[in-house]
Amino acid sequence: MARFLAGRFFSSLISVIGATVAIFILVQFHNDPRELFVPDSGFGISEEQWDALGVRMGFDKPVWQQYLNWMGRTLRGDLGVSLARDRAVTELIAGKIGATVQLAIGGWLIAIAVGIPLGVVAAVKRGSGWDYLARGAAIVGQGAPPFVTGLVLIFVFAVWIRDTPFSFLAMPAGGRNPDFNFKDYILPCIALGWPAAAGLMRLTRSAMLEVLDSEYVRLARAKGVGWNKVVFKHALRNALIAPVTSALLIFSGWLNGALVVEIVFSWPGIGYDALFRAVNDNDFPLLLGTVFIFILIYLVFATLADIAYTIIDPRVRLN
Amino acid sequence: MAVATGTGEREIELGYRRRSGVLGSLKHGWWLLRRYPVIPVIILLALAVAAIIGPTVSPYPRDSGEIFDRHLPPLATSERTGNFYFLGTDAIGRDIFTRLLHGARISMQVVIISLTAGMLAGTALGILAGYYGGIFDELITRFVDIWYALPFLMVALVVTLIFGRGLTVLMFVLALIAWSVFVRVIRGQVLVLREMDYVASAKVNGASAIRIMWKHLLPGVLNTAIVVATLNTSGLILSESVLSFVGAGIQPPTPAWGVMTNEGRNYLSTAPWVVLVPGGAIFLVVISLNFLGDWLRDRLDPRLRQVD
Repeated sequence: MARFLAGRFFSSLISVIGATVAIFILVQFHNDPRELFVPDSGFGISEEQWDALGVRMGFDKPVWQQYLNWMGRTLRGDLGVSLARDRAVTELIAGKIGATVQLAIGGWLIAIAVGIPLGVVAAVKRGSGWDYLARGAAIVGQGAPPFVTGLVLIFVFAVWIRDTPFSFLAMPAGGRNPDFNFKDYILPCIALGWPAAAGLMRLTRSAMLEVLDSEYVRLARAKGVGWNKVVFKHALRNALIAPVTSALLIFSGWLNGALVVEIVFSWPGIGYDALFRAVNDNDFPLLLGTVFIFILIYLVFATLADIAYTIIDPRVRLN
Repeated sequence: MAVATGTGEREIELGYRRRSGVLGSLKHGWWLLRRYPVIPVIILLALAVAAIIGPTVSPYPRDSGEIFDRHLPPLATSERTGNFYFLGTDAIGRDIFTRLLHGARISMQVVIISLTAGMLAGTALGILAGYYGGIFDELITRFVDIWYALPFLMVALVVTLIFGRGLTVLMFVLALIAWSVFVRVIRGQVLVLREMDYVASAKVNGASAIRIMWKHLLPGVLNTAIVVATLNTSGLILSESVLSFVGAGIQPPTPAWGVMTNEGRNYLSTAPWVVLVPGGAIFLVVISLNFLGDWLRDRLDPRLRQVD
């Protein structure tokens, strides 16, 4: 285990360095971020001020030195200062990440609570109405882009339903109240969790079908073990390996969905309020900071997933 | 869902015999629908027709509309101009059906070009990495791993930030998304193929490395490459629509389906069809491609079932 963790740490380090170096180089091709400080008329900033800005941002040094400086500061927990908003990047990210984490956890719970049980039921009652319902829902989840699901959910549950007798089911169309309101979370979390639930459901179903068809399950049945016991004790534990691993990995790939869901639901999270605006404002310290945080999150969850793998399935040995 | 494809349907394959009579024909039709991706193919053919001849036969101008005909529902006839709008009009009175046809052509164009580029680059790199191995292979696999760790939307946003927005940049971004899957799968296959006896005998006969890769390895992985391409088309269409929706892809007024969905977003309560029509179109096309891809995979390369 220790060797595995050391190896993983090393390869993670390479990933982080590779990605940040890539962004550093790419930013070099782009407009000078100092242009952000120039008024639209093009006047109002002198040569000296321009150069002073360059010195403050470290542009007088070669690129590799800029990168090392950035790395050094990052290791000390300082991600620099946002150009467009003149605040510390760590502070900006810390202020926004809460909303995203809440959204992500909500969607994750929905994905697990719906995807895995539905997959088990669909496999155990193969060919039944449940099976078709589960597969239909999975097809929709994997086929519809998150913004379409989100907008359709808003249309149905925030607009159309108000004119029906079911208006008590109406949900807020977006945004998040400062004081906690349970209803704010329902539609965004469903929009985010649905595709993941679809993937989990398909994985669980196929794993479960495979296990239910295996020799040892048939042996257990033949020696008289009850059906429920076979399903829950013999089959489920073995079938859950793949779904559980991938359930942990969902988080890592979730930025894509979260960004779109945040835009559709005007959600004040890190994807929309930090990454998207950093790109639009050409705010490279903020951009680097968010990218760095995202990659870190991904790597932590990938490692956790591998460790969880060994705990669930002792046959797997990490090296 | 009527169209369940795939080899999992063993009982249908084993316990079926065609019977005569009307009921028998109906049952046979149903069996065909379950066995072959008929409906997805019809939808995709419709899309292809729409993309090829749609823009030329479309009834109304693409980017300009009758402002007084704004937000007419589908199947409405305008009382003022007498125009018939099959799928309604949007916020500035443009015919949604016309824009949908134009959008089909643009999406097809973007996806086909970027997928081909990604497939060529990915397959070439996969064959090279698998055949030569060693440090080259190590470098490429590591790079693909890192590439996987990056969320594609982030990559796309950064690339569009630096190279500007537009059609070429979008295709470039989509090719960047597409290539890495090919490297992984193709490399794995080449690792197996290169140990085969026929490759060894080609080598003994003095074939050059390029000849071996081109004549002996490429044909072996071509099926897989095609299957991987089909399986990834739907993902690319999704990515394209997401990018256009977010504003990093095709720019308005060009009518990509994602752009159209975004434009209708603010009028959801008064004119839901502006969102639902292009959104539904994306959905149908993606589902059809998923079905077709699964079916092709089971036919051409069932081993890939384990991969994804």
